[in-house]
Amino acid sequence: MSKLSEYAPAHRARLRHTKDRLATAGITAGGAGVLLAILLIFFYLLYEVVPLFSGAGIEAGERTPWNGPVPAYLAVEEQGEVGFAVAPDGAARFFDIASGAVIETLDLAGDRAAVTVVAAEAPQSRLLALGHADGGVSLARHDYKLSYPGGEREITPELSRPYADQALSLGRGAVTALAVSDTEDALVVVGEVAGEGLRGTRFRRQESFLTGETTLEEEALVLPTLAGDTAALFIGSGQRWLYRIDSAGDFTVVDLQRSGAAGALAIAATGKLFEGGGGLSTSAMLLGGISLLAASDRGELVQYFMVRDEQSGHRFHRVRDFDTRGVVVARILPEHRRKGFLALGRDGELQIYHTTAHRRLYSREVGAPGREGAAAIAPRGDALIYIGGDGQLAHWAVDNEHPDVSWSALWDEVWYESYDEPAHIWQSSASNNDFEPKYSFAPLAFGTLKAAFYTMLIAAPLAICGAIYTAYFMAPALRRKIKPMIELMEALPTVILGFLAGLWLAPFIEDKLTGVFALLVFMPLGILSFAFAFSRLPVMLRRRVPEGWDAAILLPVVVLIGYLSFAANDPLELALFGGDMRLWITRELGISFDQRNSLVVGIAMGMAVIPTIFSIAEDAIFSVPRHLSDGSLALGATPWQTLVGVVLPTASPGIFSGLMIGLGRAVGETMIVLMATGNTPIMDANIFEGMRTLSANIAVEVPEAEVDSTHYRVLFLAAFVLLLFTFVFNTIAELVRQRLRVKYGSL
Amino acid sequence: MAIADIHERGGRGLLPWIKSGEPMIWLNAAAVSLSVVAVLGLLFLLAVRGFSHFWPRDVMLVNATYQGQERVLLGEVVEQVQVSGEQLREAGFELAGAGPFYGRSLIKQGNRDFFPSDFVWVLDEQLGERRYPAHVMVVERLEWGNFYGTLISVSRDGELLADASGEPAALWRAFQDLIDETLAVREQIGDIERGEIGANNYQMERLRLRERSLELEGALDTAAQAELAAERAALDVRYAALQEALYALYDSVDGFTYGARLADGREVELPVSKVVRAFRPNAMDTADKAWMYLKKLWEFLSAEPREANTEGGVFPAMFGTVLMVILMSIMVTPFGVVAAVYLREYARQGFVTRTIRVAVNNLAGVPSIVYGVFGLGFFVYFVGGEIDQLLFREALPSPTFGTPGLMWASLTLALLTLPVVIVATEEGLARIPKSIREGSLALGATRAETLWRVVLPMASPAMMTGLILAVARAAGEVAPLMLVGVVKLAPTLPLDGNYPYLHLDQKFMHLGFHIYDVGFQSPNVEAARPLVYATALLLVILIALLNFTAVHLRNRLRERYKSLEN
Repeated sequence: MSKLSEYAPAHRARLRHTKDRLATAGITAGGAGVLLAILLIFFYLLYEVVPLFSGAGIEAGERTPWNGPVPAYLAVEEQGEVGFAVAPDGAARFFDIASGAVIETLDLAGDRAAVTVVAAEAPQSRLLALGHADGGVSLARHDYKLSYPGGEREITPELSRPYADQALSLGRGAVTALAVSDTEDALVVVGEVAGEGLRGTRFRRQESFLTGETTLEEEALVLPTLAGDTAALFIGSGQRWLYRIDSAGDFTVVDLQRSGAAGALAIAATGKLFEGGGGLSTSAMLLGGISLLAASDRGELVQYFMVRDEQSGHRFHRVRDFDTRGVVVARILPEHRRKGFLALGRDGELQIYHTTAHRRLYSREVGAPGREGAAAIAPRGDALIYIGGDGQLAHWAVDNEHPDVSWSALWDEVWYESYDEPAHIWQSSASNNDFEPKYSFAPLAFGTLKAAFYTMLIAAPLAICGAIYTAYFMAPALRRKIKPMIELMEALPTVILGFLAGLWLAPFIEDKLTGVFALLVFMPLGILSFAFAFSRLPVMLRRRVPEGWDAAILLPVVVLIGYLSFAANDPLELALFGGDMRLWITRELGISFDQRNSLVVGIAMGMAVIPTIFSIAEDAIFSVPRHLSDGSLALGATPWQTLVGVVLPTASPGIFSGLMIGLGRAVGETMIVLMATGNTPIMDANIFEGMRTLSANIAVEVPEAEVDSTHYRVLFLAAFVLLLFTFVFNTIAELVRQRLRVKYGSL
Repeated sequence: MAIADIHERGGRGLLPWIKSGEPMIWLNAAAVSLSVVAVLGLLFLLAVRGFSHFWPRDVMLVNATYQGQERVLLGEVVEQVQVSGEQLREAGFELAGAGPFYGRSLIKQGNRDFFPSDFVWVLDEQLGERRYPAHVMVVERLEWGNFYGTLISVSRDGELLADASGEPAALWRAFQDLIDETLAVREQIGDIERGEIGANNYQMERLRLRERSLELEGALDTAAQAELAAERAALDVRYAALQEALYALYDSVDGFTYGARLADGREVELPVSKVVRAFRPNAMDTADKAWMYLKKLWEFLSAEPREANTEGGVFPAMFGTVLMVILMSIMVTPFGVVAAVYLREYARQGFVTRTIRVAVNNLAGVPSIVYGVFGLGFFVYFVGGEIDQLLFREALPSPTFGTPGLMWASLTLALLTLPVVIVATEEGLARIPKSIREGSLALGATRAETLWRVVLPMASPAMMTGLILAVARAAGEVAPLMLVGVVKLAPTLPLDGNYPYLHLDQKFMHLGFHIYDVGFQSPNVEAARPLVYATALLLVILIALLNFTAVHLRNRLRERYKSLEN
């Protein structure tokens, strides 16, 4: 015998050993890597979602000296590099924000009377109005030009004086408060003139058809005489409402459209802004010119807007108030692109809020006392500058990416601007810039559950009854054919089911609605009559049908009943609903009817879910040990009694688990709902209306969402919610199934 | 037990029959029958509608009186329905008859360039006598959909070749000859445009990228610039030559025209260069029609779509679907098998592995759109963005991999189907008796050798099962693909003759998305519907084929290791 080493030399053994170790390391690393990659889905979604719920942060920049008075008007241009300040006397300057260096100085008063008041049109607007001591009003607009000489960005500020050739005058006394609104149709200026009260003028823009020139047509507004002083004055969007607040915190809303009818008629609403009493500390219009924000000198901070009212037309409603934690807000800086605002406390606190999300994102002492300084927020909302009474220019970088989402904005009813009442609404984008995004998951979650409910309503009985029969009564030879056939449906792409549902089934059901309901009645009745008739047949004939082939002889019966039901559609519709059931439903029952509705979705998605439930439930029933049912039958129970009393209770966890997995599938299915419904996010359980589900919403909106925007992250949150939803359902199903396996093991 | 026997014990009659539980059993049986009818009915519907699309239908000529005018309608009857009189009166129709229901036909009259709409609904009572004249022709065109009318003349470069005054057969033959000639030229044009000019443009783009990358590296000196300029000049010269050849080809068929008469008597002159095929269905016998059917079927399978995807073929979509599924299989199989082997053979069995197993099981039930969102966020924007920064800086700011594409679509679907493969492979591994492994180890084989030579071959049928399930799921999945790489119209196939041949960064077309897009986003759904049925049928057949192939493979593997398993 030769030595073993001849066959397995030492170096080969070493090589084999190394290979083995390498394989172990490779498989362990690879396997663990793959498993980690799967878990990554969970963590990545979470990673995308978390920034939505983190608060805001700010970072202080350097302070530079400011030689000049505290401005009455302060603004920052788009890039956050150049600032514009107007002193109370009308002396204006463009300056470099980083260094505080003056770029250009201008005198806005010019040769006109002294400037008495400076007012901005709106947060995002670069138009401002100056009131003069002689009752005159002048306008100014600051603009910035970008150029790239030599690859470097250069910003050139420009000041223009719109309507300079127009003599704008509100009265003869000094203007003490001023509001301006300039649109394509008209320019409206309203001011408080010392000794004369509220005065206003509207200039309608008229375009000549012949020359294309525009001319202004002046029209004096007749405004009511109001008691008290005018602390703040605003003109709302659409130039309809004029908001006037006095220093005691009383508001008056004047309807400018009715200003011709002088006096009290034009007053749309009056009242006190603050519940806790106290006078007005500061106020501002939110972006969009619909909401008014006001703070009292006792720490109250409230949001109001006009709400349509059944009885009295309109009322000025206190929509929400913000908890300032006792801070008295002295300055409100609305953001230029979002429905959020910054609030400076009297003594130097900075707070960041968002109105729709009803959220305070930041609150800290930063040393910027609102009572004595001027402040401005950059258009992108990423920087804040402040000029204090101490002659210092301070700036902060603001990190506030996603203020507009909160738990309450996602799930609770929110009172959106221009709505009559709080509502659950999903509307993520619109064409205008000052749009209030509405990210309510409620209608989407409702739609998801609605689709799942109607799906289960159709799929669960069919799948479970089918599973019971297939597993317990059906002949084995037939079972071997039927089971794969039903499971085949699972491989059918859902896009095909969706397309058939949307383009074939939906019009078909609309056309044969009566037939569908007739089918629901005729099918069970027909089957039972057939069964009874069959039981009356002579034994010899009945014996011809082999055991457990009843489903096969029912096939033609089912087809026939189906055919008859739809054939009966027209006469039935004529007899019962005057020829048009759809019309009857809308008219008589007052239910709206969409062609692509929940019934269609239920049937189509039912088709997708039936094989899932059927397969699991059938396995569960089939694997109930035979001796259990044999025992029951031997004791004299009928097969049905055995099934209900013995087999089903044993298999029930398996059936339950099948239902859970089916539900998970119905919740996440995308293509069918996308194609078979109108995808309108409504909250209505009506079976004849559609819905929008979380999954379809993601499929529709993600490709258009800007990467890392709030909308994008909210859609990731929707995906995360779906993931959790199905994960919970599936885990329950899995645990139940495992327990079932243990139970069968012991039997 | 036969159900029919059961009630005998309780005696005959309705009540004992109900008491015996037999009705319930029948109802359960009916649930099975209903499900089966639903499945078969669905497949039947798809097959009938899908296959019938290519059959040349007779064209009807009829006088119709509607909207207060008498008109002549010429077209195919596409659909017929019964509508209740009330519904019609509600819609403002004035009905001559008094019956409760009226027949209504959808007529495809084509000629989108001459009539306001190519489909009209007409009440049957408004129609006169239906005629099917043999001379009516259908012209399938590249633009404006089908043309229906009568051929009256054929000219070449303004010179009349034949007209209605001569023999009709000669006129028709002259027309067909011109079409054949045009088709041959169009094929050449296609070859040049897509093949040579496409390759030229591709090289041009690569040249631009090379220049940009040299510039980024700071290595763009005069020598390199001169070299690039020389190459570019060569490409320009070739491009100019190709362009010239192309113009010559276009010119050669430009003057071919045919004159035709519309249903309303208008006579029009149309270019032959836009004709795909012309035929006279009413004059065709069944054999002719069958031949035409096959030709149209072949066009559907092999040609590219035209007219915003509502006409022509679906070859690019079919190609994209298959290629994506193959790439997905290549990615998912090794990873799935490694993970399963690790879980079953190498990992310590305990609470952690059990939890992982449950989690993996559950992930198979996570909605596919969630994978799509993950693929878009992680693969496309994060990984793709990083790859672009590292490897494709010269192409920035236009993204190479940082945008949806074939690679990310296959990877996303691989991730989606990974749990399926893992679970199936694990089950296969669990079924292999311990004694076989021990036998191998006892003979001196290492663990790796046992795994490689004994365990994995025996588990291969299970792996195939996993792959089958994965393929079945991946081929029909559309929702995630909409986010990570599918487009409605891709200009080129992701696999072509230009280096590197397989373009993983390209977007591609997919049958499933094609169905969604054509059926739901198309401006002319009515015209597109038959094609959608055909596409759906094709997708079902494709999935069935993929499945059958895999099942066949699995069975062969199973045969080989059958003796070992027992």
